[in-house]
Amino acid sequence: MSESTLDMVKRIVADVLGTSVSRITADSSPETLENWDSVRHLNIVMALEERFGVELEPEDIEGMRSVMQIVAIMSARTARS
Amino acid sequence: MTGALREEIESWIARGEADQAKAGLERLWQQDPSPSTAGFVVARFEALRGRVPLVRCRVAILRSFTVEPVVPLLRAAAFAGGIDLEVELGAFNSYTQEILAPESALYAFAPGAVILAVQTRDVAPALWSGFAGLAPADVEETVRSVSAQIGGLVEKLRERSAAAIVVHTLETPDEPALGALDAALPLGQNEAIRRINRHLVEVARAHRGVHVLDVDALMARRGRGAFRDERKWLTARMPYAAGELVHVAREWLRFLHPIAGRVAKVVACDLDNTLWGGVIGEDGLGGIQVGPEYKGAAYLELQRALLDLTKRGILLAISSKNNPAEALEAIDKHPGMLLRREHFAAVRINWTDKAENLRSIAEELNVGVDAIAFLDDNPVEREWVRSRLPAVPVIDLPDSPMGYARAVRGCPLFERLELTAEDRERGRHYAEQRMRAELREATGSLEDFYRSLEQEVSIDEVGRDLVARVAQLTQKTNQWNLTTRRYSEVEIEGLTRSGSTSVYALRVRDRFGDNGITGAAVVHHRGDRAEIDTLLLSCRVIGRTVETAFLSFLTDAARARGAKAISGWFLPTKKNAPAKDVYASHGFSREHEDGDATEWTFDLSRRIPWPEWIEKGPHAAAAEETKPA
Repeated sequence: MSESTLDMVKRIVADVLGTSVSRITADSSPETLENWDSVRHLNIVMALEERFGVELEPEDIEGMRSVMQIVAIMSARTARS
Repeated sequence: MTGALREEIESWIARGEADQAKAGLERLWQQDPSPSTAGFVVARFEALRGRVPLVRCRVAILRSFTVEPVVPLLRAAAFAGGIDLEVELGAFNSYTQEILAPESALYAFAPGAVILAVQTRDVAPALWSGFAGLAPADVEETVRSVSAQIGGLVEKLRERSAAAIVVHTLETPDEPALGALDAALPLGQNEAIRRINRHLVEVARAHRGVHVLDVDALMARRGRGAFRDERKWLTARMPYAAGELVHVAREWLRFLHPIAGRVAKVVACDLDNTLWGGVIGEDGLGGIQVGPEYKGAAYLELQRALLDLTKRGILLAISSKNNPAEALEAIDKHPGMLLRREHFAAVRINWTDKAENLRSIAEELNVGVDAIAFLDDNPVEREWVRSRLPAVPVIDLPDSPMGYARAVRGCPLFERLELTAEDRERGRHYAEQRMRAELREATGSLEDFYRSLEQEVSIDEVGRDLVARVAQLTQKTNQWNLTTRRYSEVEIEGLTRSGSTSVYALRVRDRFGDNGITGAAVVHHRGDRAEIDTLLLSCRVIGRTVETAFLSFLTDAARARGAKAISGWFLPTKKNAPAKDVYASHGFSREHEDGDATEWTFDLSRRIPWPEWIEKGPHAAAAEETKPA
């Protein structure tokens, strides 16, 4: 079975931050996870683009302030394309 | 899709099954070389450090743009290829200061490799965005000043650091400022940028350990339009698209593999459905496919790629489960075969398990198993070898034979940054070696065998011409190597210029041919004591008393420079047991111990006689004459 968008995003965030998926929740954000810094945020963006096969707009990237927001944006982007 | 494999890997790590976990991580990376998987692969390999074979390498990346997202991919791909890479990123766009300031973080990091990744739009904005406004004389002047600027930085870096240096060439624009006309101009935009690149190639040729990475070629291979991502450039100064980052990492690894010494000296090839289509035991000589027509053409292309590798000094071997008579008949007689029996340095056609055969090929060719790349279409055999011999690099062939040749040509294990004359002749050397072995079987006593070889040994102090080969020997020689100290060309060149150190190269000829430069020594002269820093022989010439000739020469040379004693360490490794007794058997006495390491010393009032069955080559004899009466 294919993973849900939430599961995919959680896994990507966990992979990039070098932590386990169990530590990531929908509410996780740069405020709750200390090594989610600006460099890793860019890495997360690149990993999302690669995995979902989309190119994100700068406005999308600015709006990605938590796992939940990422899921919302990725769902909207993949629904559009 | 890879979730189940990830769980398996976690449980192997939890149970301490490090080799299984390593094989699983390599498979995971092959299935999904994505930025996300990279994070997982790096974290798990870090957990396996010390329990799986990895070589370490420190690389500094100096850059004029954002490369941070490439780093996890680079480290994951390096781990999957057996390299534990420590990466230091220069601060954004501060490569000039990093190179020019001797106290910079760059030099403090002491890298083994430095990648200088700059782009045209950063170092030559006039040529990139202002080109249409430049008069021809301004273009000439800009080409000159940018060439001098980058060339000068590379030269300064070369002077200050012993690291291997990889310089990105400047990329040409997708759309030149003057459009289609650009190609017709004597000094159009693309031509101006190519001139700078040609200058970089000249700089690289003039300095040891400087290598050029052709960025335009990389983009062409991947497809220019898709390679760049203008959005990421404008928002994050990251010029490459997310899906292409792994290809930037792989391009860097083509240089980092040879720099780190993680290279294959031998390719062990399967036959059925690898070198030809079909199964010889079932389809017969007339049924297998290889030749210029489809489907045989894909296999012929693979054979051509393998034949090209032999010109880089890489040996071919066969590892096949077959009846030897049938398989050899196909190799000898099939009209479509490009590779014939004489191209293979070792042949294992039997029903023994392949891990066992690889071990025996390694023994026959005197290389470590980690220097044999395994090429087999069958994923089950590949997994078997991965789990049995975790040090063996396994090449992951794609499902379609049409991709086999490309997989071999793109494999970083076969990259060489420098080719010596020895490399091109290596295949022939091994053929001669087989004949020597046959002679040995045919002669009676060992002494008769030594005499029958008609050996001639020459030993020279190393001049500029032999620096590359001597550095290569220190990098590659594992078995008959007393201290296994690895030196770069830059370091060897530095030693040859030092007044208190001698670097020697040894050449062996015999009745079967010239073995080339197959031995090296580094000796420090410290007053009345000489210290052997490095002493090594290529495995091609061991077991025939060449080491006695070498020690005879080194002791005489040390005495001639006024030494009363000569000493040297034996530093044991997993591989150098063949050399462990050499000091004891030549009359050295044990002086110190430090853990497993032992230091040996020889009183120079005595002599080590030159073996009477070895002729002195011209230079070895010349050194003899300088000895005091």
